[in-house]
Amino acid sequence: MTQQGRKILVLFAHPGQRYSRANAELAQVARRTPGVTFVDLYAEYPRFKINVELEQQRLLDHDVIVFQFPLFWYSTPALLKEWQDLVLEYGFAYGEGGVMIAGKLFVPVVTTGGPEDFYRVGARNNFPLRDLLAPIEQTANLCGLRFVPPYTLYAALRAAGSERLATHVEGYGRFLQALRDDRLDLDAADGLPVLTADTLPIIEEAQS
Amino acid sequence: MTGLLFQAFVYLCAAVIAVPIAKRLGLGSVLGYLIAGIVIGPALGLVGDTESIQHIAEFGVVMMLFLVGLELEPRTLWTMRNRLLGLGGLQVGLTTVLVMAGGMAFGLSWTVALAIGLVFSLSSTAIVLQTLNEKGLMKSDGGQSSFSVLLFQDIAVIPMLALIPLLALPELAHHGAETHGHGGHGAELSLIEGLSGWQVAIVNVAAIAAVIAGGHYLSRPLFRFIASAKLREIFTAAALLLVVAIAFLMTLVGLSPALGTFLAGVVLANSEFRHELESDIEPFKGLLLGLFFITVGAGINFALLSENALLVIGLTIGLMALKAAVLLALSFMFRLRGADQWLLVLSLAQAGEFGFVLLSFSVQNSVIPADLSDLLLLVVALSMLLTPALFIFFDKVVLPRLDKEQGRAADDIDEKGAAIICGIGRFGQVINRVLKGNGYKTVVLDLSADMVDGFNRFGIRTFYGDASRPDLLHSAGLEEAGLLVVAIDDMDRAVEIVKHARRERPDLHIVARARDRHYVYELYKAGADDIVRETFDSAVRAARYSLEAFGVHPHEVEKLITVFVERDRDGIRRLARLFDPDVPVFENEPYMKLAREIEKETEDALSDNPSVHDRVKRAWLPPGSKPDDE
Repeated sequence: MTQQGRKILVLFAHPGQRYSRANAELAQVARRTPGVTFVDLYAEYPRFKINVELEQQRLLDHDVIVFQFPLFWYSTPALLKEWQDLVLEYGFAYGEGGVMIAGKLFVPVVTTGGPEDFYRVGARNNFPLRDLLAPIEQTANLCGLRFVPPYTLYAALRAAGSERLATHVEGYGRFLQALRDDRLDLDAADGLPVLTADTLPIIEEAQS
Repeated sequence: MTGLLFQAFVYLCAAVIAVPIAKRLGLGSVLGYLIAGIVIGPALGLVGDTESIQHIAEFGVVMMLFLVGLELEPRTLWTMRNRLLGLGGLQVGLTTVLVMAGGMAFGLSWTVALAIGLVFSLSSTAIVLQTLNEKGLMKSDGGQSSFSVLLFQDIAVIPMLALIPLLALPELAHHGAETHGHGGHGAELSLIEGLSGWQVAIVNVAAIAAVIAGGHYLSRPLFRFIASAKLREIFTAAALLLVVAIAFLMTLVGLSPALGTFLAGVVLANSEFRHELESDIEPFKGLLLGLFFITVGAGINFALLSENALLVIGLTIGLMALKAAVLLALSFMFRLRGADQWLLVLSLAQAGEFGFVLLSFSVQNSVIPADLSDLLLLVVALSMLLTPALFIFFDKVVLPRLDKEQGRAADDIDEKGAAIICGIGRFGQVINRVLKGNGYKTVVLDLSADMVDGFNRFGIRTFYGDASRPDLLHSAGLEEAGLLVVAIDDMDRAVEIVKHARRERPDLHIVARARDRHYVYELYKAGADDIVRETFDSAVRAARYSLEAFGVHPHEVEKLITVFVERDRDGIRRLARLFDPDVPVFENEPYMKLAREIEKETEDALSDNPSVHDRVKRAWLPPGSKPDDE
């Protein structure tokens, strides 16, 4: 396999890893995939003292930025929000001269507690997941990043040990490889509200 | 047997009664012993023959010198070299020459005058070191200077002992045998009987060489063998044997046992058995030294004194004035100021216990006639008796007056800062840097002149002075200060500072460093706002690393540690309210009861008891699950 593809940065944020099932398995896959730099933010900054220079350098060194996190109160865990607040500085990521990370891909990888049918107008959560992620989508837009719809596992709490989780985890591996090897059909992806293991628009390589 | 018991009873009784009273009155233990001696000796006549006991008690000095030697690694000696050789050398040299000149002016022959000069140039290591330690002045500049001089004197005794036999008066020589036993170490056995001065000197050098060589090559295998028996009392016996054996050898060749053991101490200073030896000899030294002081008091010949009262008192005052004058001149040369200068001048103005030794040695060697020696012994004893009075004078008169003159003892503090920081060691430095770095004014006080000089040179305004003295705190701006940081090592002083500052400024914020739990309670009672255990935070960090090393997730570690720290601090806060400085912790019932409760709570929290909603386990618990259900 070629190593010349895109370099992927997975920023993993999960404060309650003691109880994590789905994200723990997803993290394993990301760790093992060649070409992926895996960062456990809560391990690196347990006291929230983020090294901004280091994080900005990491962004510069990679082509694909992945936020992998469980949805907490319709948002990212606190440390990942802190990361956004500090690392995506004016003059670096946006604003005057802030073009340092423009053109890179931005991919949320999200697990939710509620099942898919909760994320509908009028249902329990009243908004589609994609709408709830509007803040980070717009953050990506403002930074000139190309936003890829979130790779999503609904009802992650009930997924432990199930076939559904296995499929999703295996799909995550294929997803990361496709991103790395530029085999993800980005335009096709744009047409989908969220990505799941069975809707990944991966271009199968012509077996040349 | 009953006689011995009676004697022991009298001496111990005198010490046990007199010393605590003297300490309470602020007179210091040395004066307490001396007074005890006067009471049981000349006053009540309970003890007759003090001389024989003094020989035993002089062993305290011998042991002290051994201990001083043990403390004296070559490296320590090297850093003190300027003061040791300069200050000490000049003190001994000048005093000897001046006393000798005075003696010759009184019509004594030059050899006698020189011997007297040597005797009087020495000060009392026993009294001065004991008192400096007691008053916590050892680390001050004046204390260090005094120690340097004393050390030089202790070393200078070696050549003096070699020199004195060469000054022998021919007309006294054949009386030598009669004057024997006059408080001297001339025991029944002697290796130098009938040898000429030069031969004696050679034997002396050989004995010293034997001590050094033996200490260097024999002591280690010997002590290792003894230590392998793993019997503590046998090691103590061996330590005593070492000191006694060297003292015996020195006595055989007519040298001061103190000198020999001091050398042995230096030789063993680098030995791995040093601390063991120290702690073994220390209690013997303390008791014998106390006994020594008592015998000095008891041995004062009041009959002879009253016969020659004016002469003896005049000589004593004259001698002390002369020694003080020499020290004063030297203190200017060595740029000592204020309290340090006065401490040096007043503490070393007496003659010392080596004076007794040298005098009896001189008599034995037919250098000084016995009747003159008796008078001189009185002068030495009297000057030693007056020394504690001089220390009291220093405490009660010199220090307050210096303070009135706007602290010449302490630096003149012209800055009223927002924060007063007491102590600029490892701890205070950090605080000072952070405060200064953020634009806050600080006034830094420290008791170590070297530190103060160094920091001033480094560009950090630092003032010299003892922060536990109220007036210094006031001149540092206690009235206007916004913050007081007490970061000194000496915990008892720290508590005093906090107490005083709190009394004067009920509104002041006080941050204090505590060595351990006990002092957390003390400082809490004294009124400090924030109390920081000096090693707690670093221990917590080390615990954090340890958990991480076992593979626990750092964020999980953070949560566990946070809860631990909060529990610990909460417990200490609750216990602090029950702490009573006057009641030992283990006898403080409410304290013990709460301590047990807290222990139980901690156990519960760490156990899997589901009724305890531990914060760590509740954190980020997925909806609908219970803590740690698998």
